[in-house]
Amino acid sequence: MAKLRGRGYASVNYPTGMNLGGDPSQALIHATTTGTFVISLSSVDLGQGIKTIAAQCAAETLGLPIENVLVDTADTDTGPHCMGTFASRGTHRVGNAVIMAAAEARAVMLEVAAEELEVDAADLETDGTGFIRLKGAEEKGIHITDLALAAHFKHGRTISGRGIYLKEPSVPVPETGEMDPDSCQAHACTAAAVEVDDETGVVEVLELYNAYEVGRALNPAMATQQVEGGAWMGVSHALFETTEPYYPSRDHGPRDFAGYLMPGPADIPVQHSLFLERPAANGPYGAKGIGEMTANAPIPAIANAIFDACGVRLDSMPFTPERVLRGLDALRRKSEEEPC
Amino acid sequence: MPSQIVSLIVNGEQREFIAAPGATLLASLRESLGLTAAKRGCAQGACGTCTVLVDGRPEASCLVAVETVAGRSIRTLEGVAAGGELDEVQSAFVDCFATQCGFCTAGMIMVAEALLDANPEPSEEDVIEAISGNVCRCTGYRPIVIAVLEAARRRREQVVSR
Repeated sequence: MAKLRGRGYASVNYPTGMNLGGDPSQALIHATTTGTFVISLSSVDLGQGIKTIAAQCAAETLGLPIENVLVDTADTDTGPHCMGTFASRGTHRVGNAVIMAAAEARAVMLEVAAEELEVDAADLETDGTGFIRLKGAEEKGIHITDLALAAHFKHGRTISGRGIYLKEPSVPVPETGEMDPDSCQAHACTAAAVEVDDETGVVEVLELYNAYEVGRALNPAMATQQVEGGAWMGVSHALFETTEPYYPSRDHGPRDFAGYLMPGPADIPVQHSLFLERPAANGPYGAKGIGEMTANAPIPAIANAIFDACGVRLDSMPFTPERVLRGLDALRRKSEEEPC
Repeated sequence: MPSQIVSLIVNGEQREFIAAPGATLLASLRESLGLTAAKRGCAQGACGTCTVLVDGRPEASCLVAVETVAGRSIRTLEGVAAGGELDEVQSAFVDCFATQCGFCTAGMIMVAEALLDANPEPSEEDVIEAISGNVCRCTGYRPIVIAVLEAARRRREQVVSR
């Protein structure tokens, strides 16, 4: 009886967005009297960080500090339309819509600044700290707070913008089935190192190495968190989660989520994650979606590592001790039948 | 059994309210006192997101009948940020990305507070054991473990600088 170590890897290509009847999202942006740019969205932040990404895209496009951006996702009844938070589409669709809205608002901002400073709008630039300045003449400029006040109360202008990203529906070609269902594809590879106890059948994931090609990681810390949190969920699917665990009688099985087995903090593998950035032409600042795919590659990587460790090829999730032991028994029977 | 008036010391303040028969500590905090940081997850003590401190000990408030803790001292997440300033655990959770959707965060912070009060220099294993009754479905736990260790370090530094 021994603890057997093995390694395996698996790769995934994953689409961003979908196109059932088109896949749009909208964004509206306007400046308050004091120069806070409010982004109105119906896109919901359920922890994936779309509010942060939307604020980053707006601040970058406007040329203003991120502190000048406020994201309002309060009401899907009254907000601009969003198809929803699914298909790893949020960063791509919403990010593009926000950039379009912010670009329109930026143009108005520069027009009003041009009137206020009595210069040509084309000669103005933003410095990223909140000032709009005349190129080559740093002393000639105006802060966004003063500019927003002037726009409201002197020039009668709204500094605002509208944005939408629409992926048009793609009908399959009847003869070939050819279609264009997504907007781009992200790619990833996970290598897993596991230890299999051939007496108990327990599999422990020791380490995961995650490499992700994400277009561009708009927020590297959040992208890393998504990859590693998603990989944990992959480990959870691979080794633990099932509503039908093996028990002699169904009566002894779990009845609700309190009895639904998931890995806890003591079951964390050591993770190493890195990003390859090849900006996508149609992505917001090059980004692709990496929401759902992060749970995918770890599962077959762990299956391959189990095979490498002990020769058991499992093709049903989760890879429970019972399945591992049955696999080991089958191998033993086979070797007894066919002595070498 | 009639409703009764229950008195608790909540975050250092004496609070009285009418509790329906069988009302849990969690329901009393949320519905009678308006303190909604502690969340109702599984309502059977399995997920930890309702954790508050009763006389300094972490308890699943969804399992505690409120009359059984009458007169005791309750600490909730609302009582952690003294004067609106984040404490070491909260700021470490922010800095270490230990919160994502946020549903487990209040419970995680309360068990961390209890751990660091009892053990200012916890090992990684101590932290893992302390949070093992709390479910997180987003982070994979690693950032939370790192944040609690970081909070312990910050708290020790503060003690030294005092």
